[in-house]
Amino acid sequence: MLADLPVVFILVGLVAYTVLAGADFGAGFWMLAVRAGRAGRAAAREHARHAMGPVWEANHVWLIFILVVCWTAYPVAFASITSTLAAPLLLAVIGIILRGAAYALRGQLDAAPGRRPIERLFALSSVLTPFALGTVVGAIATGRVPPGNAQGDPVTSWLNPTSIALGVLAVATSAYLAAVYLAADAHRLGERALELDFRGRALRTGVCTGVLALVSVTVVNVDVGAFGSRLTAGGGLAMVVVSAVAGLGTLVFVWRGRFEPARVSAALAVAAIIVGWAFAQQPWFLPGLTIGQAAAGRSTLVAITVAVAIGAIVLVPSLLLLFALHLRGRFDEGAAVRGSVSAPAGPDTAGGRPSRLAVAATIACLALGTVLLVFADSGAVHLVGIVCLAGGALATFVHVATLPDTA
Amino acid sequence: MSVLITAATGGFGPVDQQYLLEARQMQALSLAVHIPLVCFGIAFPPMVLFAEWRYLRTGDVLYRVLARRWSKVMLALFAVGVVTGTILSFEFGMLWPGFMAAFGNVFGLGFTLEGFSFFIEAIFIGIYVYGWDRLPAWRHFASGIPVVLAGVTGALFVIAVNGWMNHPSGFRLEDGRAVDVHPWSALFGNSYFWHQFVHMYLAGYVVAGFLLASSYAWGFLRGRWGRYERAALTITLSAAAIAAPLQAVVGDWVAREVAVGQPVKLAALEGLGQTTAGASEHLLGWYDGQQVVGGIEVPRMLSLLAFHDPNATVIGLSSVPVSDQPPVNVVRFAFQSMVGIGTLMALLGVVYLYVRLRRRRLPRSRWFYRGLVAAGPLSVVALIAGWITTEVGRQPWIVYGVMRVSGAVTGATGVPVGYGTLIGVYAALVILVGWLLRRLSRVPLEGDSRMLEGRDRAG
Repeated sequence: MLADLPVVFILVGLVAYTVLAGADFGAGFWMLAVRAGRAGRAAAREHARHAMGPVWEANHVWLIFILVVCWTAYPVAFASITSTLAAPLLLAVIGIILRGAAYALRGQLDAAPGRRPIERLFALSSVLTPFALGTVVGAIATGRVPPGNAQGDPVTSWLNPTSIALGVLAVATSAYLAAVYLAADAHRLGERALELDFRGRALRTGVCTGVLALVSVTVVNVDVGAFGSRLTAGGGLAMVVVSAVAGLGTLVFVWRGRFEPARVSAALAVAAIIVGWAFAQQPWFLPGLTIGQAAAGRSTLVAITVAVAIGAIVLVPSLLLLFALHLRGRFDEGAAVRGSVSAPAGPDTAGGRPSRLAVAATIACLALGTVLLVFADSGAVHLVGIVCLAGGALATFVHVATLPDTA
Repeated sequence: MSVLITAATGGFGPVDQQYLLEARQMQALSLAVHIPLVCFGIAFPPMVLFAEWRYLRTGDVLYRVLARRWSKVMLALFAVGVVTGTILSFEFGMLWPGFMAAFGNVFGLGFTLEGFSFFIEAIFIGIYVYGWDRLPAWRHFASGIPVVLAGVTGALFVIAVNGWMNHPSGFRLEDGRAVDVHPWSALFGNSYFWHQFVHMYLAGYVVAGFLLASSYAWGFLRGRWGRYERAALTITLSAAAIAAPLQAVVGDWVAREVAVGQPVKLAALEGLGQTTAGASEHLLGWYDGQQVVGGIEVPRMLSLLAFHDPNATVIGLSSVPVSDQPPVNVVRFAFQSMVGIGTLMALLGVVYLYVRLRRRRLPRSRWFYRGLVAAGPLSVVALIAGWITTEVGRQPWIVYGVMRVSGAVTGATGVPVGYGTLIGVYAALVILVGWLLRRLSRVPLEGDSRMLEGRDRAG
């Protein structure tokens, strides 16, 4: 039980990453692939870019979360996967680097000459990364990653029918999610033309993604019978059905212009596929290595569970705050708050001559801290020294930086 | 069943990796790109918040413009930092699967906690930067505080892992893998990481402060010296000028911890061949395999610095076989570069603090500003040199005294291909970021800049 818990964390992270970062990748996809609709290409691109803004960084930290939980709780499995699948992971890495750079640059370049090539780079890398990560999932799911240091085939482990099908499916899913979310955002912003454009795109890619999903299941069945048959039985089958129903439901919601429920059901359709994969694969992590065998010792599992629990207490309210502000349009243009620009100026107490006592205390702090750090040997005394130095440094900084500037 | 056990424990023995050096260089390149960005993650948010706090206290719009412009740069650098950090997570597994398989269960906890810090930083940096004009003033200011705190904890958790690699504990080795693991005490009960953490945290202020200040010093030399530039320089340079002399004090502490915890590393730093009582310190020079030649000798100084006793015995490199010694000249050159540059930066900081406190103005000498322009890039050199000192100084070990780097490396072929690709991509990235920063410094101040007064452009 304890050994399975980190798998649950990884799945939560995977679902969040696929849904949130996936929508980001999809938004990048639409920057490249979009054809002029009612609203024009420039408007569509601008809309896609704007929608990513404040949540971009947070969405992509999920991947780091997945990796660190995996290597802490299942170190051998992690090392086996990353060493065998170095090639597709390097592709994903390149996509991530180019995408991050293009994103950071694009945010600063309104109407500047270098904008279009940067946008193209961003869009291309938005396709490359989900494709590469999809092939990684395909390699793991079809048992092509044996335990051990680079023991699998460096090429066929990830260039095989299932991996390619899942890579394409990952790109399609991203585009689909993004179209639904962008339609919802346009609806909220009251941009009717954009809403209709992305509604159409959501419906088209929704159908494409559904067909691709069915093709993928068939490919998996032909490629590796065992995994495919478990995907169409028991818990795996249940999840496939949930995904199909949620996917169809999303199409209906989008069709009828009810975008908020569509957001949720689209995410559910994707989440169900990922959970279905987990059901189909259990109890195996890698061939010859069950989840229980791959798991680290009890103390590590307890530690990571405690860490995730503490982390969740801080993280969940923060994420809710971010998404509440984002989805309620608090970051939109024209959402300025009265009173935010001209703050009431308080009396500026800083900048004057500090009292002799304050100066003496600051100097004493710095001197004491230095002496304790240099001449003491005990850790506790060093800690006191560091606290003294930090306090003295802060006081000095505030004074030095607020002195009036007599040019 | 025996097959399964082999599968679970074996398969990660040492492999014959022809391209070990390339794998190390690939990792070093990725770290060298990431670490300067980390400095901005640590030190930039407090500076931005300080500027905003000044605005809230004084109502002087100049500080608001400053905080706002800085926050955009901060976000762009953070976005690139997320990327380079993700790359590192991938590379740990792609390049060092032996290390991950054997010890992921010990140190992974540190990265899990760091992941949450990173999350908090990412969430609130988004709220802060996109919240200008959207959130009430003080609430906007408050949304930046978690970013500052996450900068502290993020550095703490990552350095805890590095401290553990230098001074491993909290496990027992069985068939080449860690068992009986106590991850909390291994990472945080480790006496050997606090000095590393404080040293790195201060380095954040030195590097970010001097780099930012150097761009305004460049502006001074080119005649851009309005109120805006002076205020920006005052904040960034004050941070760096205070941090740099403190870094010398902390560095002394670090060296004494290394002397006790990793004597061979200290011997490499100083090029001390034989275990010596009353060992001398050498400035410059070259280690010829036995001793330092061609350097300036300061008798008994090493013993005095390391143990506060001029006659103390300092362990030499020959106390371990040659195969267990780090490449001395690389480590020593990096160490001397760090100390040399650090000393110059500390002096520059003291000059600034003296002028600012005694004469209550900014320095006027053009030579001061020329020095400041140089201090920016040099601070990065010192930072990287410091990392070379500690990381190469630990060689040949990845986990000090427990696992060799050669026992951790991947068995995959094609390491040079990956390395070459990464060099190309990073070269492109560096050019792009340089171009971005150049552009940003030229973008006209935003709409509220017209509210700025006293903005005089000379020349």
